[in-house]
Amino acid sequence: MSAPTLWIIVPLFLGVFLLFIDNQRILSVLGGLFALALALIAQFVPIELAMKLGSFSLKIDSSLIVLGRVLIIQPAEGSLLALIYSAAALWFFGAEAAKAATRIVPMGFMVIALMVASIAVQPFLYAALFIEMAILIAIPMLTTIYAPPGRGILRFLVYQTLAMPFILLAGWLLAGVEASPGDLALTAQSAAMLGMGFAFLLAIFPLYSWIPLLIEESSPYAVGFLLWILPTITIIFGAGFLDRYSWLRSSPQLILALRYLGLLMIVTGGAFAAFQRHLGRIMAYGSIAETGFSILALSLDFRLGIPILFLLIPARALGLAVWSLSLTIIKENVETMRFGAAQGVLRITPLAGAGMIVATLSTGAFPLLAGFPARLALWESLSRVSLSAALWMTIGVIGLLTSAFRSLAVITMAEEYTSWKPRENRTQMTMLGLGMIGLFILGLFPQSVQYFLADLPLMFEHLGR
Amino acid sequence: MAITIAWIAVIITVITSVGLMLVRDWRWNIILLAFQYLGVFILTLQHWPLGMASVKVVAGWMSAAILGMTRSGLSNEDSEAESVWPRGRLFRLFAAAIILLIVAVVTPNVDSMMADAGFPVTNGSLLLIGMGLLNLGITVRILPVTIGLMTVLAGFEILYSSVEGSVLVAALLAVINLGLALVGSYLMIASNAQETESV
Repeated sequence: MSAPTLWIIVPLFLGVFLLFIDNQRILSVLGGLFALALALIAQFVPIELAMKLGSFSLKIDSSLIVLGRVLIIQPAEGSLLALIYSAAALWFFGAEAAKAATRIVPMGFMVIALMVASIAVQPFLYAALFIEMAILIAIPMLTTIYAPPGRGILRFLVYQTLAMPFILLAGWLLAGVEASPGDLALTAQSAAMLGMGFAFLLAIFPLYSWIPLLIEESSPYAVGFLLWILPTITIIFGAGFLDRYSWLRSSPQLILALRYLGLLMIVTGGAFAAFQRHLGRIMAYGSIAETGFSILALSLDFRLGIPILFLLIPARALGLAVWSLSLTIIKENVETMRFGAAQGVLRITPLAGAGMIVATLSTGAFPLLAGFPARLALWESLSRVSLSAALWMTIGVIGLLTSAFRSLAVITMAEEYTSWKPRENRTQMTMLGLGMIGLFILGLFPQSVQYFLADLPLMFEHLGR
Repeated sequence: MAITIAWIAVIITVITSVGLMLVRDWRWNIILLAFQYLGVFILTLQHWPLGMASVKVVAGWMSAAILGMTRSGLSNEDSEAESVWPRGRLFRLFAAAIILLIVAVVTPNVDSMMADAGFPVTNGSLLLIGMGLLNLGITVRILPVTIGLMTVLAGFEILYSSVEGSVLVAALLAVINLGLALVGSYLMIASNAQETESV
């Protein structure tokens, strides 16, 4: 058995198999358990190391050859796989509560398998092809065949597809830069191609217009899942470029560009979130700001930035899961998610309303919540480099917090003497309750995830060392 | 001889890509798309062996067939959503002429950047990328958007074939082409669902 077979091929086929099951509960439990099992194996069974189980000897090889190229999962990447699959388990267990298990679980397994393949493939720039395949599989997850697709889904497809050619060409040009480092024109061309590719992939300003549109049109839970997995793996893929090419890593212009782009995402995400009058669009801009935090972490000294980048991942996964589940439940109970229609919704969906507010506050770096420790570390490190940059980050964070308080005001604004009539079912209440407790635990005890995160920088050869 | 054939392929891509911009009948669109992949095949053949290059035409024709078969089962009404976009053939022709002009100007530079891929290869490739992007910019209907994306990717594939000869890349690009056609078909069926319900 090889690691790529276990964490790429098996989930891919599992996803296809699960397409034939249409019971929400069975799918959710099966998917969650399988993902959890894959996470546990990734964390506790070492790759490339023989283990004796009685008379049996078990060894997971790190590589698999496909059509003359190699898929390779390094032993140091075990913790990352554990993190990805444990977060996937969380999303799959929550899918029943969101009544989206038939779409999220099968397609989710396939998307995750392809995203893992994008990290594993050698040469690594072929990752763009796997990411594109994941995007194509994500389309049926976002829209049903019984409802017309909106503009957001088409824009998502177009923007994400356009990223692939840029990344592939950039990879080829970068090889040329390696061969002749003095060629400034080639360097500029490759950097421009790479920048365009990642701008499309990560939905960097102004290419993120599809996110708010998509969240209005599709199930918030499905969109939330994609807004977790796609940027998370893409950022790690992008960090791989920095790790591989020393001229990129040591370029002060690139570091500045990353800082400005990160800040632009945080400030625009925060500012737009503050002025929205739609609960779903606030989540969209919150996730845009989240991506901004990750890009900003990459602009710091890598010994500080890379651990912060990894610390952002669990908070993002849990925060988005709680946020999107809450929005899905709210959407079920109101006509639209516009402020006008969602007034006083807390009286009928108290836990979903609370979950949404807690998740928004967590994204806005509210103390004692999951997002706070990573953002505090980011803030502190950034202020050492540039006080003005730290101030801009503050503006973005204020925007996010404003959106949280505006949402809170709207959902509590019920007419006088309106009674409390919770409509959430037991599964929804359990999942939301556990999710919120998780957000508090990650905020109060950030060291609880250090067990998973401590070894993650080892997956890079140069970054974070 | 090979160069002459390559220039003929460029002419095919000019006719098909401009045709895809101008023609509104989906049947002609599918036929033009199929011919476009013939041009792509000939241009890819300049750098790849016959076996690998034929993957492009097979995948392209399969994609065209998927789109055609799906579209043939749907109603003939055009979506009203496009009414705000420019519709006139003259406008499209003018825009296509501008793209042709830009491609003619930038071809030498891009050709030298792409390790001398060959003028016809670079020209045909940029032309398809430009026309595909133009198509994406002026329509919101699902079939033209899908064809636009496939055109952009076809242009890129020609250019990329001059620098990359991996079997895995050829296979994955073919899968992506087929996937795009399937996604396009899925979205077309979905957009038709409401029309069917409202009738």
